[in-house]
Amino acid sequence: MASLVGSRVERKEDTRFLQGKGRYTADINIANQTYAVFVRSPHARAKIKSVDTSKALKSSGVVGVLTGKEIAEDKIGGLIAGWAIRSEDGSEMKVPANPPLAKDIANFVGEPIAVVFAETLDEAKEGAEKVKVDYKVLKAVVDPAEAMKSDAIHEGVDKNLCYDWLLGDRKAVDEAFAKADKIIKVDLINNRLVPNAMEPRACVVDYNIASEEITLYTTSQNPHLSRLVMSAFGGVAPENKLRVVAPDVGGGFGSKINVYNEEIVCSWASKKIERPIKWVAERTESFLTDTHGRDHVTHAELAVTNDGKFLGFKNETIANLGAYARVFGTVTPTYLFGPCATGVYVIPAAYSNVKAVYTNTAPVDAYRGAGRPEATYTIERLVEKAAMELGMDKTEIRMKNFPTQFPFKQTLVHTVDSGDYVAGLEKAKQMADYAGFEARRKKSEANGKLRGIGVSSYFEACGIAPSAAVMSLGCGVGLWESAEVRFNPTGQISVFTGAHSHGQSHDTTFAQIAADELGVPMENIDVVHGDTDKGTFGMGTYGSRSLTVGGIAIVNACKKIVAKGKRVAAKMLEVNEDEIEFKDGEFVALKSNKKKTIGEVAFACYLPGQRDEMKSPIPEGDEPGLIESSFFDPANFSFPAGSHICEVEIDPDTGNVKVEKYTAVDDFGRIVNPMIVEGQVHGGIAQGIGQALHENTQYDETGQLMTASYMDYTMPRADNFPEFNLGFTCTHATSNPLGVKGCGEAGAIASPPTVMNAVIDALGGQEISMPATAEKVWKACKSMKKSNAKAA
Amino acid sequence: MTKVTLEVNGKKVSKEVPDHTLLSVFLRDNLNLTGTHVGCDTSQCGACVVHVNGKSIKSCSTLAADVEGSKVTTIEGLAKDGKLHPMQAAFKKTHGLQCGYCTPGMVMSAVDLLQTKKNPSDQEIREWLEGNICRCTGYQNIVAAVKEAATKM
Repeated sequence: MASLVGSRVERKEDTRFLQGKGRYTADINIANQTYAVFVRSPHARAKIKSVDTSKALKSSGVVGVLTGKEIAEDKIGGLIAGWAIRSEDGSEMKVPANPPLAKDIANFVGEPIAVVFAETLDEAKEGAEKVKVDYKVLKAVVDPAEAMKSDAIHEGVDKNLCYDWLLGDRKAVDEAFAKADKIIKVDLINNRLVPNAMEPRACVVDYNIASEEITLYTTSQNPHLSRLVMSAFGGVAPENKLRVVAPDVGGGFGSKINVYNEEIVCSWASKKIERPIKWVAERTESFLTDTHGRDHVTHAELAVTNDGKFLGFKNETIANLGAYARVFGTVTPTYLFGPCATGVYVIPAAYSNVKAVYTNTAPVDAYRGAGRPEATYTIERLVEKAAMELGMDKTEIRMKNFPTQFPFKQTLVHTVDSGDYVAGLEKAKQMADYAGFEARRKKSEANGKLRGIGVSSYFEACGIAPSAAVMSLGCGVGLWESAEVRFNPTGQISVFTGAHSHGQSHDTTFAQIAADELGVPMENIDVVHGDTDKGTFGMGTYGSRSLTVGGIAIVNACKKIVAKGKRVAAKMLEVNEDEIEFKDGEFVALKSNKKKTIGEVAFACYLPGQRDEMKSPIPEGDEPGLIESSFFDPANFSFPAGSHICEVEIDPDTGNVKVEKYTAVDDFGRIVNPMIVEGQVHGGIAQGIGQALHENTQYDETGQLMTASYMDYTMPRADNFPEFNLGFTCTHATSNPLGVKGCGEAGAIASPPTVMNAVIDALGGQEISMPATAEKVWKACKSMKKSNAKAA
Repeated sequence: MTKVTLEVNGKKVSKEVPDHTLLSVFLRDNLNLTGTHVGCDTSQCGACVVHVNGKSIKSCSTLAADVEGSKVTTIEGLAKDGKLHPMQAAFKKTHGLQCGYCTPGMVMSAVDLLQTKKNPSDQEIREWLEGNICRCTGYQNIVAAVKEAATKM
């Protein structure tokens, strides 16, 4: 039987999505439901003097109005930070309370203050307008560098500093820098982004009066984790009385990891008003309240020798956390960032220092790549600048500092199990026709255009798991993944996974894996996810972990099915277990060549009785049934890597940057479905180009979000991109039996520096910040002309 | 309240709705045709694209009452006799969708493109889809899907 792993299998989920049969949270309606509309703070920072709900309560159709006072009285807990990070001086991070409804003070525009429930959405909106909140407006703290000099937003958080974190050895770095021929320096802004999953957040809650069970349908990347947080910290209901269902979810990119205020409030309120509740965010609500991404200000230095050897690295970064620390908020700028900041290079000494500060802006958390795009941008800008200042070829300097031996003990934390960085960059150069660039540059120049080429080599640590590692770094939970494989008597198989697909294609790839393991057609397999009442438990999908952690749990559960099947088949075929071979879905007695299919064995597992000649097929010590589960916790992260090359052409008259060519060569280890992996890379590159050229989140000095709709925030469109040219190299991961590495975030990690290096190359080395919009580039072109004129 | 009568996916429907009811709301809430999605409220993202009398329009910024008497086709009405429309089949073949949220609008918009122009170039496809935002695919496989469908339609 041909292996399905490695094949371009068309997706199972497409049949429903393409016919409008997907079932997203906003598609769900429950009889007798009410509609929720939240009253949100219009101020970035304001004391809440009073909230008057009397007029709203009398408004037509209004069923109830609840505020921060009631939720505090009911002792419903708030939102949490999932990782405890310590400062360099050993002190614990400072984390303020984050109540689901603000009672005394509002700390960012959009923070919910109260909620109105009504019979119709229009009535709920009208009711919300009648809630009168009396504010005392305070001066907002918006700029992260200023925040460290400003009044504390939260009581007890001096200088708005959550932590001042250090990874690495300052003394060793000082010594390395003292020996350097040259110090390369960059000052970078990693622009704040809004993840912008196309499906706005939503929740529908149904409280069952008889069983006292709450069912929450929600747009989550990790329903089990949501239930855990809402139960353990929110105190909304015990875990066994709370069912969280994340049905079809229209994209996440990190923004749907967190449990949000609205989910806690609606779940609590549904029990209180004894009615189902539906809430669907408008796009502007998503802009205001979804967790944002990136937002770093970094100074970084690279110590080099004249012949291009790297001696030392350091960065000083201020990370904006926004108003509150959320689930991945504190780890994104630390352990997901610092360890990757030395990139794919042998650098003997390094440190990464990050100060995380609170501001009166929306909370910042994980967004595709989380920390690793910021790290890669830092080192790859430095390396490119080093090549420029030393007059070296930008690929040669990289090759010179790549490790060639694996496992590679990376400078700060990770031991990278496998990779071949030289092969990746060589392949990328060839595919991009790197050698032919100068001719293309001349051709562009002849047409009055500026052409530039940029390179970026990256590695990243993903497959966010090893519980032992993440818990030692401050994670509040273990990050294993679970699976259950249920072989039904009539041959259909249900594979339950704790991972969650919101575009990642698990229905297909997980079925491919299980089909290969069990030797059955993948049509017989249903992948079930996203419902705490169905799967065992699970940590969900983020950090490119579904396949490398969740997929392996499925493999291991399948192996247990086969192991039991072997024992049962041996008894059925009256031979010893070691005389049975399992191949292509059949258990074969090697001597007699008698066989039982896995379907026959499964059926027999459910018929353990005996009568006359018929004997029980269940061996002594085994139980009936054929259901197995596994919790997989890998020994290490997975480390995808690669090299990307981009060419841009700039029109100096307009400042318009056109991405002419984009080549990506990635190493994801063994690939389960090349078609799906290519799609993941395309999407990641597009988001990264969005960050480099188009997207920016802008608050004004009072903390008003100026980019709160698609009219103001530039979402990349189809005509912003060329056709991406993809290639792959392959070194197997050694930390899992499939040899797979995560692929979901790589594109977004590698592409911003690749594009910016190309833009800066076109501008003759002139620094420019992301996003390189036409306006900024046009200005840079003007100043280039001026300095050229002076030189002449 | 206004009485709105339409022919939706070949079936005549008539509903009494508030005057300001948007076509997207009419389809989703009154007819339970939830394949038409709303992604932005400002007529930018195109997740809500349907056909009115054969032409693609954004249903989130169209009043139901304004298209009174029209023939409306939604994503649910595209497949015929249990067989995917060539555009739907092409999206499946080329992996032109991931999370599926923008997909209905993307498919309806692309069908209109091929009705307007038989064999569009890559650039023409990309420009036509300017009003449809996808956050997952980077558009590459969507462009491939439209080209694939162009050979079948």
